Amino acid sequence: MSSAQNAKDRTLIAVIGDEDSITGLLLAGIGHINPQNKKNFLIVDAKTPTTVIDAAFQEFTERPDIAILLINQHIADKIRGTVDRYQAAFPALLEIPSKDFPYDPEKDSVLKRVQKLRGD
Amino acid sequence: MSGQGSREAIFPTRMNLTLTKQRLKGAQTGHSLLAKKRDALMNRFRAILRKVDEAKRLMGRVLQLASFSLAEVTYATGGEIGYQVQESVRQASYTVRAKSENVSGVMLPAFEGVRSKEGNARSDIQFADFNLTGLSRGGQQVQKCRETYVKAVGTLVELASLQTAFMILDEVIKATNRRVNAIEHVVIPRLENTVAYINSELDEMDREEFFRLKKIQGKKKRDTEEADAEADAKAELAAANAAREAEAGTPSRKETENPDDGVGGGDAGGRDMLDQNKDEDVIF
Repeated sequence: MSSAQNAKDRTLIAVIGDEDSITGLLLAGIGHINPQNKKNFLIVDAKTPTTVIDAAFQEFTERPDIAILLINQHIADKIRGTVDRYQAAFPALLEIPSKDFPYDPEKDSVLKRVQKLRGD
Repeated sequence: MSGQGSREAIFPTRMNLTLTKQRLKGAQTGHSLLAKKRDALMNRFRAILRKVDEAKRLMGRVLQLASFSLAEVTYATGGEIGYQVQESVRQASYTVRAKSENVSGVMLPAFEGVRSKEGNARSDIQFADFNLTGLSRGGQQVQKCRETYVKAVGTLVELASLQTAFMILDEVIKATNRRVNAIEHVVIPRLENTVAYINSELDEMDREEFFRLKKIQGKKKRDTEEADAEADAKAELAAANAAREAEAGTPSRKETENPDDGVGGGDAGGRDMLDQNKDEDVIF
């Protein structure tokens, strides 16, 4: 299957998040800068415009070497439309909680589908 | 009736009937196989659904813990280390590897977190300068935080593979459901209609053929009867003629020989009206 073949080349984890989340994840060693000098993470603060987040989201979802895309939930909320429209299996999109914003399962686009399918 | 509903555009022949029946059987087999596949996938899907739900909630807790440890680091190092960390990024030491698992013909990817040895060593060097950062064993705090985050990322990777499997299964189940429904509600009724149509057409043809045979038989019978009757009539006529002739042979000749043939008529023309039938009562 092409998707399985596709999955073999995907090795990186990308993040869109606030500074604390990114610092922690980079400490774990997921950071990567490719030869084209592209980072696999985007730091978002209160001043980052939505268009930049949107563009980064598009870029990370289209890059062929990213297997998992992590995004802080409060940032995902800013581009909720794009996130909810995203249906592809690769890269897997995960909404993660951040330090200042506790995790709310009601907002997660995947959990919403899960809940709908379980019928509760 | 066969006239209703859609059917294949084929001629109603016996060969097509056999072919269509075979296709119908094939469609039924396919339907049951697909239904089995769907059930197997659904089973798997429900298990994954439950796991995704659990893992999502677990992730919330794990990341909260990780955030706490980062907060401790920030406190211990007495300032922002974020900038330094971001600047020291070169190459990922924590990567994922995708394996695939086969569930009734569907390849489900499963991610597995890999900490490369050399990458690890490099990040050790990269982050070595944090060992002496800040106060009260700041470096150790950083190391601890790193381990916590590595564990958290492990959870995230697990969750991601569950979620990907969930997405793919969802897709495949939808496609399978579509196929099952299409076969059940379109293909099978269509083939059944075709079989019914061919059967009714063949029956109709049989009846026509039978009727034609009957008709021909009737006609033949009538023809022979007519011929017989004619022959009988002819024979009868002939017999009657013969009989009449035989019976009325002389008188007929007498009748034909009219004595009164006019003047100078009669045999040899000598006979006269006065000659014949001499009145006996006349006494001369």
